Order: sequence, then C-alpha cells, then structure tokens
Amino acid sequence: MTDLLPLDRLASLDNFGHSIKTVAYRYRPTQVAEIAELFRLAERNSLSVALRGSGRSYGDAALNAGQIVLDIQRMNRILEWDPGTGVIKVEPGVTLQQIWQYTLEDGYWPPVVSGTMFPTLGGALGMNIHGKNNWRAGTLGEHVLAFTALLPTGEEVTCTPEQNSDLFYSLIGSAGLLGVFTSITLKLKKIHSGNVRVSAWATPKLAGMLQDLDQFKADYDYIVGWVDGTNRNGRGQIHAADYLHGDEDTHPGKTLSLDYQTLPDTFFGLMPKSAMWFFMQFFMNNPGTWLVNTAKYWMSATLEHRKQYIQSLIAFNFLLDYVPNWERSYGRGGLIQYQSFLPLATGPDAYLEMLRRAQKRGLPTYLGVTKRHRPDKFLFTHAVDGYSLAMDYKVTNGNRARLQALANELNEIVLAAGGRFYFAKDSTLTVDVVARYLGDETLQRFRALKQRCDPHRLLQTDLYRRLLRPYVDGDAPAPSALVAASAAAD
Amino acid sequence: MASSTRSPLTPSPVALIIGASSGIGEALAHRLAGDGYRLALVARRTDRLEQLAAALEAAAGPRLGPGCARVYAHDVTDYAAVPALFQKILAELGRLDVVVYNAGLLQPVGLDEYDFAKDRAMLEVNTLGALAWLNQAAQLFERQRAGHLVGISSVAGDRGRVGAPGYNTSKAALSTYLEALRNRLSRHGVHVLTVKPGFVRTEMLKTAARTFWVITPEQAAKDIAAAVRARRQVIYTPARWGLLMFVIRHIPSFVFRRLKF
Ligand SMILES: Cc1cc2nc3c(=O)[nH]c(=O)nc-3n(C[C@H](O)[C@H](O)[C@H](O)COP(=O)(O)OP(=O)(O)OC[C@H]3O[C@@H](n4cnc5c(N)ncnc54)[C@H](O)[C@@H]3O)c2cc1C
Ligand SMILES: NC(=O)c1ccc[n+]([C@@H]2O[C@H](COP(=O)([O-])OP(=O)(O)OC[C@H]3O[C@@H](n4cnc5c(N)ncnc54)[C@H](OP(=O)(O)O)[C@@H]3O)[C@@H](O)[C@H]2O)c1
Repeated sequence: MTDLLPLDRLASLDNFGHSIKTVAYRYRPTQVAEIAELFRLAERNSLSVALRGSGRSYGDAALNAGQIVLDIQRMNRILEWDPGTGVIKVEPGVTLQQIWQYTLEDGYWPPVVSGTMFPTLGGALGMNIHGKNNWRAGTLGEHVLAFTALLPTGEEVTCTPEQNSDLFYSLIGSAGLLGVFTSITLKLKKIHSGNVRVSAWATPKLAGMLQDLDQFKADYDYIVGWVDGTNRNGRGQIHAADYLHGDEDTHPGKTLSLDYQTLPDTFFGLMPKSAMWFFMQFFMNNPGTWLVNTAKYWMSATLEHRKQYIQSLIAFNFLLDYVPNWERSYGRGGLIQYQSFLPLATGPDAYLEMLRRAQKRGLPTYLGVTKRHRPDKFLFTHAVDGYSLAMDYKVTNGNRARLQALANELNEIVLAAGGRFYFAKDSTLTVDVVARYLGDETLQRFRALKQRCDPHRLLQTDLYRRLLRPYVDGDAPAPSALVAASAAAD
Repeated sequence: MASSTRSPLTPSPVALIIGASSGIGEALAHRLAGDGYRLALVARRTDRLEQLAAALEAAAGPRLGPGCARVYAHDVTDYAAVPALFQKILAELGRLDVVVYNAGLLQPVGLDEYDFAKDRAMLEVNTLGALAWLNQAAQLFERQRAGHLVGISSVAGDRGRVGAPGYNTSKAALSTYLEALRNRLSRHGVHVLTVKPGFVRTEMLKTAARTFWVITPEQAAKDIAAAVRARRQVIYTPARWGLLMFVIRHIPSFVFRRLKF
C-alpha cells in the first residue's frame, strides 16, 4: 500500500542560478522526529529524500526531481551562545547571516564565510565551504567542535574530531548523502573591529595574479582575485584584507554594531538596489561583459591601484549580496559556475589554457574569481595546496550543449593538471571524471559509509544519481576499471 | 559505461502516454522519443508495451540513456490506483513535460441498439479515466507553471449522431473537460491540446462501418507532436476534418435528425 504524498506539497525548486528546474514534494520540518518519520515514509514507498538548506548550491546538489525534498530552513534556532568562549550551538537551518548578526556585538565573526551570507549551517557543512581565507583558516568544518546527526537508519550520532571521527570527517562535505545534521557546535573567531583594511591592486596577467595570491598570503587574512574572462592574458585585480587588531579601531563599539554593518539601499546614490539586476542584464552578453570588464580593469589599474581603504566586514565578505537577485540578470536561462582546484605548480598554465579555451569556444566566462587554498582531510575534500578558479557562465537554450562540451574539455585540462572539483558548484561533471579525481579509495570508503549510514539509499539527490550512485549500487565498474575503459575509448 | 549525453544542462523532457500499447499512442511514443523525450508508457497489454519499450531503447537509448522508456501496467478504469501510479511515475522519471491521455474504447452499436454496459464501458475508459489522470497532471503542471496536457478526443465528440450515442458522449465530455482545463490552466503557463482525429488505421478502426480520408497512426502522431510544439489549442488530424466538421457542426437539427450516420 502506497502512502499518497499530497500534490499540494509539489513545489518548483531550482539551483541557485535558476538553470536547473525541478518539481518535488517539499517538507519543512521543525523537529528531528519529523525527519525520522519522513525517512520511514520514503522507505515504505521506495522514494528518496534530499536535504536542502537555502538552495545556494550552483548545481543539482540540493535537488531531488520528482521525489521528496526536506527543506531544513525552519530549524533555525540558536541553541546556545557563550560570548566568553565564542562557542555557538545552532540548529542546521540557522544561516551565516543569523550567526554574525547574533554574535557581532560580542566581538565574534564566523571563521569561514562564503561569498554570500545566506547559506544555512547545515548546507554550508554539507559542502564544507571555504572562504577567501582558505589557505589560512581552512574549511568551515575545521571549526566545528561537534555536531549531532540523524542517520537514515534512525540512529542519532554525536560526532567530534575525536568521537566517531570517521563520521565527523565524512558527514561534513558529503553533500547531504550520509545523514542530517541536527545541531552544530562551532567555534567563532574573536575580532576587535567590524572593519577590515583592504588593499587592492591590478594584475595584468593571470600568472602574476596567482603568484601574488601565493606570495602575499602571509601578509593578509583574506585574499581574492577577480579575473577578466574576456581578456587573453586573464588580467584582473586582487583584493586583500586584514582584520583590525587591538586599538586599530578607535570605535569598536560602533563598527561591531548591526546598524553599522548594513549594505547600501541604493547604487550611485539613486538607483534602488532592488532594480540593479534589471539593468545589469543588458550587459550580460559577450560585448557587454567586455565593456564592463575593460572599464573595471582600467579603474583597478588607475584610480584603485595600490589603494588601501577601510571597509565593513560584510561589505568586504558579501560583495555579491549587494545586489539582490543579481543572478536574475543572467536572463531566463540562468547561470552555472564551473570551479576547479589546481596545485600550485600546474595551476597558472592550466588556468590560462582554460580561460583561452573558453574564449576560443565563444564562451568567455563573465565572472572569474581566484583564491588560494590548502588541503583538508574530509572525505570529499575539494581543496588542494594551490588555487581555485571559479568561472560563471550564462546559460541560454542555444548554448547548453556547447557549454557542456566546453566543460568536458575543461575537465580534461583539470584532470591532467592533477586538480579537483567541488559539488557545491557543479552541474557538468560526469561519472568517469568523478572517479578520476576522487579515486578508488575515496569511492570505496563512501560506498561503505553509505552502506552503514543509509543501507536503503534514502538520502539521494539529483547529483547523487548523476555522479555517485553507480559506485554505490555497484552497477558501475570499479572506478579504476572505468578510467581504463574511458582511456581506451578515447 | 555508456555515458549518455544527458546532464543537468541538457536534460531530456519526459512524456507520459496513457494508452500507449497500440495505434496512435504507440506511434506517438516513437515520434516523441525521436524528438528527445523519455517516456512513461501506460496500458493493460504489458507484453506490447515491453516490446515497444525495447524498440524505443534500441533506437533512442544511446542518446537518452538507459531506462529512457518505462512500462506501467494499468487499467484506466481502476481510478483509485491512479494517484499512486502517478506519484510513482513522477518519482521514477523525475519530471513530466507532456501528458497524453490516449486510452480509448469504441464499442459499435446498432442504429436501434441501447446497451448500457457498452455505453458505460466507453464512458469509463474515454472520459472517467481521462478525468482521473488529467486531474493529477493538471495539479502538477499548475505548480510547475509549465507542461503540455494532451487529450485524444475525436471528431465524434462534435455532434451526437444516430450511430454512436455513447461514444459521441464520451468524446464530447472529454473535449469539454479539456476546454475547461485550458481555461483554468493557461493562466499558469500550461498548454492544453485537444486532438480530434478523423479515421486512423488502427485496431479501433476495424470495427468502424464506413471510412474515408484514412491516415496512418504515424501521420496522426506527427500532427500531434507538431501541435504540442506550436501550442495549438484544438487540432483535427488530418487537418481537412476541421473544415468538414465546421460544416457538420452547422447542419441544423431538422436536417441532422434525418441523416443516417
Ligand atoms: C553567491 C554565492 C557565493 C558563494 N561563495 C562560496 C564560497 O566563497 N565558498 C564556498 O565554499 N561556497 C560558496 N558558495 C556555495 C555555497 O556556500 C554552498 O553551496 C552552500 O552549501 C550553500 O548552503 P545552502 O544552505 O544554500 O545549502 P544547499 O545548497 O541547500 O545544500 C547544500 C548541500 O548540503 C546538504 N544539506 C543541507 N542541509 C543539510 C543538513 N541539515 N544536513 C546534512 N546535509 C545538508 C544538501 O543536501 C546539499 O547537498 C556560494 C554560493 C553563492 C550562491
Ligand atoms: N482510430 C481512429 O480512427 C480514431 C479516431 C478518432 C479518435 N480515436 C481515438 O484515438 C485514441 C487511440 O485509439 P487507437 O485508434 O490508437 O486505438 P487502439 O489501437 O485500440 O488503442 C487504444 C489504446 O487505449 C488503451 N486502452 C483501452 N482501454 C484501456 C483500459 N481500460 N485501460 C488502459 N488502457 C486502455 C489500449 O491499451 P490496452 O488495450 O493495452 O490496455 C490502447 O493502447 C482513442 O482514444 C480513440 O478513441 C481513434
């Protein structure tokens, strides 16, 4: 006997870039017991459940087309906060925004934040996010003291780096496929000012930019590069920032207040920022982007070159949140991001080749961002001792197949350079590429963990079925065999 | 592994055909698979559906990936089973873009025959089954603000004739229901297509008395697929029936009462 899921629960759910559209039965629990019940419902009806936070992933990691999506955003209570130690315990639906707004006045800031403040902690740990300080601070998971999780078996586990450490290092970063975080205890960073000191400089070539990211990393707390994807040399601009120390901020009480940490309502003093995306869309084409990027680069190389200025923490960290719905400016087809992580030695050449390959295919990236990283020991770790380059692409009905073909070409360059990928950003990887960057051992470990935590395969996402299920259910050859086969086929 | 060209960037749409085991439904399955659709095939005769699915996999499998045509055994008069089956199909195929209600039954009756069992059987398959299925699809499509609902009605629904009161009624009701759905759903971006075939060379036609302008199911399928693409509201297939039915619809009753067809 099947339980009928009410059709009223059907909701349109998409990726952050609005380029992948699905419909699924959405449940929004507030209690752990409801989640456990949903697992049983799914099991009885041979359905699967995907976990979803704020849906800020760029690809299909928080989608489960035609099946159940468990939206955890209502589980958003802050459970404990100790301003003495900076330790906070939260439910998984609490967002980065909620955290900093709660703790800032006590002088604490999340040790790792993404380029947007809207992710939930559950989603951020599902992916194990990094910030513009990755080489220094590591991933968010490295600041987690403990979490509790509900496994699809019904078992509730408490994990710390010492207790159940295998689960600690695999649930974090496993894209919501092994268990549900139900509470998270995080150590925040003590800060003495709500401002950072920012330095900006232009970099005429990509190789120079990457060299700077490496060389100057010791001098700053954050460092990030903007790359002009329409330019052959990958010219761009670096922004680096420091927390202010001790008495560098004369009015910490002011800068650590919420009133101070606001994003402006208007641009150029008059355009309401809610209308901004609408005007941006007229530049979201190859010539428009060239124009904007060229202007931006020349600004960075002249007026802004080697300038230092003071900026609020949120203005520096959440630049992208400045423009609400900016992703809408990419038009009806939306956007995707292609992000890869390459070692120090191979990064510069490979990234330049990738930029040029994209240009040659008539698909220059409209936004390129570089960062400096360090490896970590989580199961599906994306980071390496090296760099990342994120490339944003406009999707249209006409270019979908060409974009996929370009991604396939770029994948080969990344693999040849010993690189890695990141599920939070992916919508173009293929089964064989995943085997080649994750490797046999990681996939075997994941398979064993899936068997232990989720023997009935209740936790599934579109990404799981696309990239991982073949290894778990064994209808795919062992990754190594697959690599050999795909090499033979070429 | 045969990696299909499907990716989140290049997804393949899905069509559900209720009544896919022969005739127009079968031909439409071939046509839509050729256009890149994955398929959910519903009918009672699963042996025929399995054969069809195998043929579709052979033709389109390399492009659309394994499992691109799935078979579901179902009698459309088992109304209570519809919601669960609909849920299962949506879960297994992940999405639905086109839902075609094609199941149909024609029980010939004599000019002076009144047979409630036959009439009821036709209403149950042609009309009630359609309501059961399209009600589900309508709710999905309204929420996704997209989708094509297709009902295979008939020219027979345009007038009540001496030869086929029950069948006429079943198709007239279906056409009216489709019109109502269109009026409900077009504001949500959903397209509703009413298809009125004339004579199509299928098993059903074997029982028909006099026929003319007979087309193949493949021709009908081609017209239907084109009408889906063009978001037409009502089509006749072949198109010339539109003209003929315009005339027939305007024959005054005092004349129509004297006709023998
Ligand atoms: C503008 C922008 C900038 C970004 N910048 C960065 C960046 O600088 N660095 C970076 O690393 N990422 C970045 N991201 C990516 C983003 O931080 C991640 O995708 C993050 O996971 C989003 O969190 P979410 O709450 O929206 O989760 P979702 O996207 O909804 O889900 C993410 C994953 O977590 C799983 N999940 C959700 N809840 C739970 C739970 N309770 N338990 C277990 N698993 C769960 C989901 O199944 C899914 O696999 C950026 C995204 C955007 C849109
Ligand atoms: N042929 C014509 O000239 C003509 C003209 C106008 C309109 N139409 C309409 O076109 C549609 C298709 O007919 P066709 O000509 O292709 O005839 P067909 O070959 O007999 O096809 C009828 C289809 O309906 C299915 N069906 C019938 N009763 C069913 C039931 N109880 N449960 C599930 N499925 C059922 C059949 O599958 P199973 O038997 O395997 O269940 C078969 O797939 C029908 O709606 C018909 O009224 C046909």
